[in-house]
Amino acid sequence: MDLVVIIILQVIAAVASLALVSVGLAVIFGMMRVINLAHGEFIMLGGYAVIYATRWGVNLWVAMLLVAPLFVGVVGIVVERTVIRFLYGRMIDTMLATWGLSLLLIGAATMIFGNTTTGVSAPLGSVTIGQYQTSLYELVLVVIVVAVLGGLMAILRLTKAGLIARATMQNPAMAASLGISTNTVYMVTFGAGAALSGLAGALIAPLSGVLPTMGVAYVAKAFITVISGGSAIIAGTLSASMLLGSLNTLATFVATPVVGEITLLFAAIVLLRILPQGITGRFFRRAL
Amino acid sequence: MTAPLKAVGWVAGLALSVAAVFGLPHVLELFTLINATIYVSMAILTLSLALIWGYGGILCFGQAAFFGLGGYTYAICAINFGDSTWAIVLAMVLPALVAALVGYFIFWGRIGDVYLGVITLTMTLIFLKFFNATAGDAYKIGRAALGGFNGIPSTPPLNLPWDVGTQLAPEDIWYIAASLLVILYAGSRWLLTTAFGRVVVSIRENEKRSELLGYDVRRYKLGIFTIGGAIAGMAGILFANCVFVSPTMFSLFYNAQVIIWVTVGGLGTLLGPIAGSIALQMIVAKLGTLQGLDPNVVLGAILIVFVLLVPKGLQPVLQDWWDRLREPRQPAMPAPAPASTLRSAGIERPLTSATTAHQPAANAASRP
Repeated sequence: MDLVVIIILQVIAAVASLALVSVGLAVIFGMMRVINLAHGEFIMLGGYAVIYATRWGVNLWVAMLLVAPLFVGVVGIVVERTVIRFLYGRMIDTMLATWGLSLLLIGAATMIFGNTTTGVSAPLGSVTIGQYQTSLYELVLVVIVVAVLGGLMAILRLTKAGLIARATMQNPAMAASLGISTNTVYMVTFGAGAALSGLAGALIAPLSGVLPTMGVAYVAKAFITVISGGSAIIAGTLSASMLLGSLNTLATFVATPVVGEITLLFAAIVLLRILPQGITGRFFRRAL
Repeated sequence: MTAPLKAVGWVAGLALSVAAVFGLPHVLELFTLINATIYVSMAILTLSLALIWGYGGILCFGQAAFFGLGGYTYAICAINFGDSTWAIVLAMVLPALVAALVGYFIFWGRIGDVYLGVITLTMTLIFLKFFNATAGDAYKIGRAALGGFNGIPSTPPLNLPWDVGTQLAPEDIWYIAASLLVILYAGSRWLLTTAFGRVVVSIRENEKRSELLGYDVRRYKLGIFTIGGAIAGMAGILFANCVFVSPTMFSLFYNAQVIIWVTVGGLGTLLGPIAGSIALQMIVAKLGTLQGLDPNVVLGAILIVFVLLVPKGLQPVLQDWWDRLREPRQPAMPAPAPASTLRSAGIERPLTSATTAHQPAANAASRP
């Protein structure tokens, strides 16, 4: 019984962390049809922001939930203004440019921070369920992810800014002719996506440590999750991370972590073969 | 360019490459020569992507998968057979087969652009994860231990066909690698002049139109993708002979590099990516010796600058300059654009359907 509870908690935690590392990419892809391959490096920057903020005496939670997203969000806006905005509508080119940005950031981070893992210790300790223990921080992480997705949903559904964002997503030309500056919308969206990636990096930092090359481990996974999810931002991310995350965890339990990873990747290939437009290309079409 | 001039160009190019192939071992030290062989093997890998992406329009994010598979197949077979002859054959056939299988999956599923990129990238990651996890005695194929993260350090070098006793020296491997690059380049140019090659290019230009003309798009794409896989496998064999095989051959870094080289050299050209790959490898190797500068910074900056400022890549830009230098444009000429397109297209590649597709519009525009 305890084992079942633990496995369920593990699955939920895996799904949540997959959704967390993907949502920033999903916002940028869903809104702007831009694949941001520097996503992993935004995650890395979020991690470093937390480490340096806490070293300078900022409270860990403030650093994770405020400092990191703000910092990476600003970086995102700078990137959008200097590189991305010249490349809208050229999907492959944005992919290549952001890939270049990713290499640039990895190299710069290696030069500045050194090629070693730094970390902050995970707060909150652990909880005991029967004879098993699990980290309380991971459970808090799940709550934060739910809050982030819920907040995103609320912004898109309920606010004026969300309405403008959705309108631009559906039909940029029409939105522009109604007096919306799509340019500004794209800039803000890219900043918001980057901020979400920064938040992801900040929340992961206590679990995995921070390393200049850490982004590589996440970008492929996030990329695969977002594409498998399809174009709907929240429903797509959620459904794909539920499917892939739980398959990954279950295969890890049955065999090894490597088999788990391979199962995830293989499932994504099969999924894209069956549903070339992703999950939300077929199901939940009206969802966000 | 006129026909005799073109012939002179071909002869000069051939003479130059023969001189490079046979002259370099006398000029370079052994260490530099081995490095040059590595550059050439990567240039062959670049050629394979230049062919399938630049001409087939298939942006494969996982060309390194075929490269790594070729290397591993060669190493495992050469260790087991003791003779490299069949190992070479298998190391070309297996990547081609995997490419055909994946290609069947992709093209018959009509998976396009970004999604195709994700699937090929995912495939590479599966190989990377798998080979990284093959440490220990459980993972042995015959006498070859896969060695996990460390790879197979004792990759046997090539020997003369069916003559195990005569192992080839690094100089000989240079001769093989360099001549192979020249042969594959010429072969690719020839392939693009055949009916098959022209249909492949027409599919890149307009898939729907080619299909409506009665060509089975899927087969042509599968064909060029499989050929690309085999060429990447050859690059893997050569790389295994210069370094050794390890899971890093499947890494994102190699995938990224190849795509960068093709972008810098010029998408839709062959010579540009080859030259670009060799030049960039030399630059990165030089920069690697500098203190305090990470080569990734330079590589990333180059890629961003090229995508933003020189999206066509080096070769087309140089070609344009050269053309303009030879015959300055007359400003009063009506509709000069299609003429220049035809001219530059005629030099680098056979008349593609892009140029023919532009023609009606251009004619319509120049009509009074």
